[in-house]
Amino acid sequence: MKLPTRMKGSGPDAHPGEDTGGWMPAEVRQAWGRLPAPIQRIALPLLLTVLAFLYPKYAENLPGLFPAVGTLVIMIVFTMMAVGLNIVVGYAGLLDLGYVAFYAAGAYTAAWFASLQFEQVSFHFGSVGISREAVGIHLSVWLILLIAGTLTALAGIIIGLPTLRLRGDYLAIVTLGFGEIIPQFVRNGDNVFGFDLTHGTFGISPIDSPGFGKTLEDAIGVPASFQQSFEREQWFYWTALALLLLTVFCSVRLRDSRLGRAWIAIREDETAAAAMGIPLMRTKTWAYAIGAFFGGIAGAYYATFKSGAFPSDFYFNISVFLLCMVILGGMGSVWGVVLGGLLLSYLDQEGLAKLGNSFSEIIGQQIDVPKYNFGVYGLIIVLMMLFRPTGLIPERRRKKELAEGVHDETLYDESA
Amino acid sequence: MAELAKELLLDAGQIRKEFGGLIASNDVDFTIPQGSIVSLIGPNGAGKTTFFNMLTGVYKPTAGSIVFDGTEITGKPPHAITKLGIGRTFQNIRLFPQMTALENVLVGMHSRLHAGVIGAILRGPRTRREEREATEKARELLTYSGLKSGHDNYASSLPYGDQRRLEVARALATDPKLILLDEPTAGMNPQETADFIGFVSRLRDERGLTVLLIEHDMKVVMGVSDRVTVLEYGEKIAEGTPHEVQSDERVIEAYLGKGATDHE
Repeated sequence: MKLPTRMKGSGPDAHPGEDTGGWMPAEVRQAWGRLPAPIQRIALPLLLTVLAFLYPKYAENLPGLFPAVGTLVIMIVFTMMAVGLNIVVGYAGLLDLGYVAFYAAGAYTAAWFASLQFEQVSFHFGSVGISREAVGIHLSVWLILLIAGTLTALAGIIIGLPTLRLRGDYLAIVTLGFGEIIPQFVRNGDNVFGFDLTHGTFGISPIDSPGFGKTLEDAIGVPASFQQSFEREQWFYWTALALLLLTVFCSVRLRDSRLGRAWIAIREDETAAAAMGIPLMRTKTWAYAIGAFFGGIAGAYYATFKSGAFPSDFYFNISVFLLCMVILGGMGSVWGVVLGGLLLSYLDQEGLAKLGNSFSEIIGQQIDVPKYNFGVYGLIIVLMMLFRPTGLIPERRRKKELAEGVHDETLYDESA
Repeated sequence: MAELAKELLLDAGQIRKEFGGLIASNDVDFTIPQGSIVSLIGPNGAGKTTFFNMLTGVYKPTAGSIVFDGTEITGKPPHAITKLGIGRTFQNIRLFPQMTALENVLVGMHSRLHAGVIGAILRGPRTRREEREATEKARELLTYSGLKSGHDNYASSLPYGDQRRLEVARALATDPKLILLDEPTAGMNPQETADFIGFVSRLRDERGLTVLLIEHDMKVVMGVSDRVTVLEYGEKIAEGTPHEVQSDERVIEAYLGKGATDHE
């Protein structure tokens, strides 16, 4: 199979980020080459990170196309989910069409442990900005992020145990089913044997905000509660960025580990992987659980940012949207997925509207571009598949794989 | 039959495998003495690979029992059997094409390494040391198996002979007691075949491995095997030293007589 790829002269062994030198003057490039390797490697990510953290400070001076800080929070949350999904789809090669279930599980975990939902009890632990007398469970949001990740990972394991025995298309169909079951469950969960678990179609709102508490506010000036801070969005943004970096860090570390090798081996050839001593079920379940973990954290964080969890947020199209981010960025490539995630969620939140307005002005006719959002994403994916099927920043392995095709044969006796 | 006096590393009794109406393995008894080189031969379609796949857990036998190194392994999953000490190669090379040669071997070490999720994320001194030692050992194994260079090339980009060598290196990385080689000389020229047979002897003599060799070409295994078992249509038709098997009438009739026309 020969696909038209437009890759500039980088061999299969080139790492992403290495061919950025082309536009630099020769002297700069030489000076750059003399720097020690570790500095070369971290320089670009470090620069981007610093720029990203300072964004709220200079955002006002940027042209209108740049996203607002609040929009960035949403973009980052979705990117986090895409990075989590990339572990399942990109590393382990398990097509998951129901990732939205993990998002829902995370969001509702936050809703349960930081809202007035369970009015039968009143339990406070480390919560900020909430009256001591308020009913319901109110835990510290930081703790909830961890709980949400853990519970969602458990949900991932529970969903994974029966489904991961399946291969390829069958797995995709079953995950699709679970992606539908969980939103349906929360939609109808207002009467679970007489108990109001999810408050049905109304969702659960408000949800407590994260914050550093009164003591820290007085000591070093960080807000006691983001919600009540004047720089609400800025603090949510910084926290989101930190969470994304943590996700990326874990994701990269896992990829370059014994477990990461096992995932890629399974993706390449399940039978051979099993014959090399890799326990298929356990290794796949780990991919699922870890992918779910980050999806859960992202979901919980988004719920606290929006201060609510609503069943209407968890549609199938979110799963597809996340999958598009992974494909657009480059399956298996962490930085690619970050880029793909930011790009698509930007278009979704602001970009389409802004670009659409400019477009309407140019042609002198009013077109509601955001209305055609999935058409636009579809077009993007089709164009990507035609011209750059390995993604924006391809995983170094994938570059070859898509150029040459893979063999896929039947495998070992599942009844055994 | 001096080998029989030795301890049996593998003892398979009355192994039967049916695929629907087809009997791929008809109550075969098969043993491998510790430290020997045993060959399983037979014409194409004789059920050699099916038998092999039952030993490695890819198929579960319809009936019968397999005992390896004192442990019952019948019906255990492949990874558990590998962990107990059976390493294998595949008839049609099954490397991980988009991983480097080195990574392929590291995957083979999976069951001998310990780093978990937390270790991978924190990458503490223990994990780093384990990875470093594993990488060193992997390079040694590659060199030992005849891959002097190209350790960081993708497996798919290696020449055919090197891919075969890499498969053996990867199987050795599982730290096996018994190594199963499924038609390892397929596609090799006579010189390469001779070299490989020498390598198989070295595996036994230098690394103390027990070897099970599958071949359809009888000539290949005659020089190296201690014992030869001949399968045809899923049945064991002969067993013994290469010399005994070669002079067995049923074997000559079923196999050697029409060998030249039956397979390449």
